[in-house]
Amino acid sequence: MIADALFAPFFDFEFMRRGLAGCLALALGATPVGVFLLLRRMSLMGDAMAHAILPGAALGYLAFGLSLGAMTVGGIIAGLVVALAAGLVARSSILKEDASLAAFYLLSIATGVMIVSLRGRNLDLLHVLFGSVLALDDNSLLLISAISTLTLFALALLYRPLVIECFDAAFLRSVSGTSPVAHYGFLVLVVLNLVSGFHALGTLMAVGIMILPAAAARLWVRRLPSMLGLAIVIALASGIGGLLASFHADVPAGPAIILAAGAVYLLSLALAPGGMLGARLDRRPHLES
Amino acid sequence: MKRDIDVPALRLENLTLGYDRHPAVHHLSCDIASGALVAIVGPNGAGKSTLLKALTGELSPLQGTFRLKAGREGVAYLPQQNEMDRSFPVCVFDMVAMGLWRDIGAFGGLRRDQAERVHGALAAVGLSGFESRQIGALSGGQLQRARFARMMLQDAPLLLLDEPFNAIDTRTIEDLVAIVLGWHAEGRTILAVLHDLELVRRHFPECLLLAREPVGFGPTAEVLTSERLAIARRLASDFDDAARVCQRQPERGAA
Repeated sequence: MIADALFAPFFDFEFMRRGLAGCLALALGATPVGVFLLLRRMSLMGDAMAHAILPGAALGYLAFGLSLGAMTVGGIIAGLVVALAAGLVARSSILKEDASLAAFYLLSIATGVMIVSLRGRNLDLLHVLFGSVLALDDNSLLLISAISTLTLFALALLYRPLVIECFDAAFLRSVSGTSPVAHYGFLVLVVLNLVSGFHALGTLMAVGIMILPAAAARLWVRRLPSMLGLAIVIALASGIGGLLASFHADVPAGPAIILAAGAVYLLSLALAPGGMLGARLDRRPHLES
Repeated sequence: MKRDIDVPALRLENLTLGYDRHPAVHHLSCDIASGALVAIVGPNGAGKSTLLKALTGELSPLQGTFRLKAGREGVAYLPQQNEMDRSFPVCVFDMVAMGLWRDIGAFGGLRRDQAERVHGALAAVGLSGFESRQIGALSGGQLQRARFARMMLQDAPLLLLDEPFNAIDTRTIEDLVAIVLGWHAEGRTILAVLHDLELVRRHFPECLLLAREPVGFGPTAEVLTSERLAIARRLASDFDDAARVCQRQPERGAA
């Protein structure tokens, strides 16, 4: 009975299998990027970037209609311009990264809204805003999987410089010139994965599958590799849970997935060793040294 | 390491460094001999950290140049502790092993002998057994020991230390000073920014007294006189927001 409820939807319906494949790809690609966003204290930056992508995608839609390619390219360009401009300003002026990023993404949104209203067309942008994880076509699935594959390879290449850049950037700059490579390479990965996420979950919620599993995993484990692994598992489990909830309770899938990840986060916050109650529940006696 | 007395390890030529056109180090010229152990002393805001930042290439000079005998690659730099994010999940062994960056780069794994060197460096700073501890779980003194171990692995001929003994207890300072003296005995050139004049007089043969302007450079006993220290205190406190453009010409051959 329970097995039926858990597995039958995926056996019986192709759109559920496609949604599952999309969630798996996102968990493998976007979530590890989210772990580094969280550890670099850039969680909100991910949110700002997601907003910066929206006008680019809207422009692509305006010019070429509901074409996957145009919206993707538009989103990537808008995201990269904002991320790189913000990084450049932060490195060469007295403004910090958050301030310059806020400035650029607000500019980006305003430009997008301006162009959209000048054209005076009623856009069906719900797809971009809220995604369509249950209506992923072949091209979207290929795009998401390709970006996830690329992300995994890029993270493997950047791993060591990126880790040092996160906790001791001054040391990395003093031993090698890879600091900017790690920094900008990481920003590019953030943008790519946000674009990949918006096809499934929409620009507003794409950040959710990056940050929520990462935050939950941080509460449970202490080592970075375990944190990456656990975050991926949580993201995939939330994806499956959200898809099933959407199927059985007839609710929209995107928000259901993010809410499932949110539930894991709240539960971890209560119970995990690093959470609010976890440390107090540990009643074991202290050690000798 | 062979001592090569003829070429200075570091030559500063009329070096002016600063932020927003205001000089933090003003017209500094001096030669640091290979194998020298030099303390950089001066009041807050005297440009000591700025000088080290420039030598690592983080800050470009407003005027003048400097020459490093060993090149940029031969410099190991220990910034002040607060520039590190201690909440990041990384263990002591991994953090110290990063000192081998020039050998292993971004992709290389640790060979057995390299792993042995990491253990050796940890033992030398008294952190054996702490390998798998998270850096966030170390005390300030233990973290500083780990950073010294990392610097040891960098095996550089020129070492720049920025306030290495700040907020550290006496016993740790003694251990770390012994490590610095060991490096000196190996013939490395060492520049350390320090505030404790007593410690400088006891262990550092040479001293550079900075107060934006160079106030003195040479044997410590001759530089750290009460007269020069008073000059340094007075100079460091002048800061004029509406300062005019400096017209000073470089003096030839002056140190």
